Amino acid sequence: MTAFVLRRTIGLIPLLVGVSIILFCLLQSIPGGPIAVYLDNPYITAKDIALLRHQFGLDQPLYVQYLRWFGAYAAGHWGVSYASGQPVAMLIAGRVPATLLLMGTSFALALAFALTAGVYSALRQYSAADYGITVVAFLGISMPVFWFGLMLQLVFAVHFGWLPVAGFGGGSWVDTVRHLVLPSAALAMFTAGRWSRYTRAGVLDVLRQDYIRTARAKGLSQRRVVSHHALRNSLIPVVTVVALDLAALVSGAVVTETVFAWPGMGNLLIQSIRNADYPTLLAILMLSSFAIVVANLAADVFYSLLDPRIVYR
Amino acid sequence: MSVRAAALPLRRSGLWLDAWRRFARDRLALAGGVVLAVLALAAAGAPLFTQYAPDQVDLQSLDTAPSAAHWFGTDDLGRDEFSRALYAGRVSLSIGVASALVSASVGTTVGAAAGYYGGIVDSALMRLTDVVLSIPPLPLVIVLSAIVKPSPLTLILIIAGIGWMGTARLVRGALLTIRETEYVEAARAVGCGSLRVILRHALPNGLAPVIVAATLAVGNAIITESVLSFLGVGIQPPTASWGNMLQNAESTMATKPWLSVFPGVFILLSVLSVNGLGDGLRDALDVRSKE
Repeated sequence: MTAFVLRRTIGLIPLLVGVSIILFCLLQSIPGGPIAVYLDNPYITAKDIALLRHQFGLDQPLYVQYLRWFGAYAAGHWGVSYASGQPVAMLIAGRVPATLLLMGTSFALALAFALTAGVYSALRQYSAADYGITVVAFLGISMPVFWFGLMLQLVFAVHFGWLPVAGFGGGSWVDTVRHLVLPSAALAMFTAGRWSRYTRAGVLDVLRQDYIRTARAKGLSQRRVVSHHALRNSLIPVVTVVALDLAALVSGAVVTETVFAWPGMGNLLIQSIRNADYPTLLAILMLSSFAIVVANLAADVFYSLLDPRIVYR
Repeated sequence: MSVRAAALPLRRSGLWLDAWRRFARDRLALAGGVVLAVLALAAAGAPLFTQYAPDQVDLQSLDTAPSAAHWFGTDDLGRDEFSRALYAGRVSLSIGVASALVSASVGTTVGAAAGYYGGIVDSALMRLTDVVLSIPPLPLVIVLSAIVKPSPLTLILIIAGIGWMGTARLVRGALLTIRETEYVEAARAVGCGSLRVILRHALPNGLAPVIVAATLAVGNAIITESVLSFLGVGIQPPTASWGNMLQNAESTMATKPWLSVFPGVFILLSVLSVNGLGDGLRDALDVRSKE
């Protein structure tokens, strides 16, 4: 097991190098390149541009630029934001807590809903409750996150006035929680719907197995059959989907933070695209790709912990 | 022999006919198909259902609430919201379908090459797939649409650019098994070239999961287009798309809620029906897959 984790971790390095090459080339191909902001400034002459290009090393061959950037990156020098002049690492560190709070809350909400609703609807297949849950799940996966967010704002903030429309709130934690409710619900909707479908399918699949019939034949109660024999095995497919959906959750967070003016990394990402703030943009993309890659590894490890039949060599 | 076969009361059967029989029994899938057809017809035949042009400005009726004259109300320029929603359907639905088709073709090509040739081709293509799968999709499309000037065509390519990996993995997996079968060996033995073996013998047998994935991809593509247009990097006004109608509506949501409700309902209806259709196809074609 340890060897497997170690080998997979080492295997991540070429993957991340690949990601960094793609992202680096992408940002290079944006019209105007990394100094696009300066090109529009009428007070900057062609000579200044040449000087800037030299200073930033943009007159070097592309692979030299990449190697220098990657070396600096790995050493923790993420550059300075063009827009605010702050070090990118600091800028991002300031945004991470808000994003983690939002994503963590929606993750917990979605998982809680998916597991209870999924198991419940599998145990009462074709009942009214099952159909109800199925409809909710289908609505969840068929709605754009941003529009569901807008509708939540419309109903709960504008119409009823129960909760704040947007923002992070300041000071007390009660205020923060009040601001957190709508965006985390909006973000949770999609994954909750998807995961509940997988949970339902997983439980149904396991309930058809012979060992469940054996457990029933022994005279075990329904509760014990479900909790001791069925649940653990039926969660195996769910774990993979949950980990793979981190990418969708990151994408959803970008939109949710924009709609709810939530001061997280997604908001910073959109700002940095609008401001052509390349160092910040690149750092956010690298960091979120890193998170996704690690989540996939975690899924593999979890998978083998849940299912001893899987042997990794 | 054909005479005898005709004489027997045999029920015709086969993969596609069986699939169609199963599909026709699935009410959810049929409902999805019908709703989607209605939406597509309404969008395609928009001039038949509304007397207003989508960009017809009427300064006499700015920001009116839904009424008999304007079913969905009017926006800040007095444009009829119902007409805009129908014409936007042309843009949003065709981008959805087109990018699903492109991503299915790219994914099939990549997956078929990887699965059939194996070896270094396989490793190279699959590592590329892994790399693209590791980048969060939405930020990636936003950056891509910042690079190229957004137009319907570039949006189709961009959205397809982040959607082909799932299909590639599916097709590769299918071909890995298929290329070891006797009928592929037989095809090779009678002298078929690689391309002919892949196109005529291997691919048709691995097609069912691709069809399901492509159908579900239409829904994803519609949502992605709406998000991009909502963020201002997708379809540019004055051309209406459901996403940029919502962008236009966001700032005045408190006073004119109808502007932000209707376009979203159209997105929801179309994606919901595509998903219902895809789910039905999955059951009908008996595809056991995670996506």
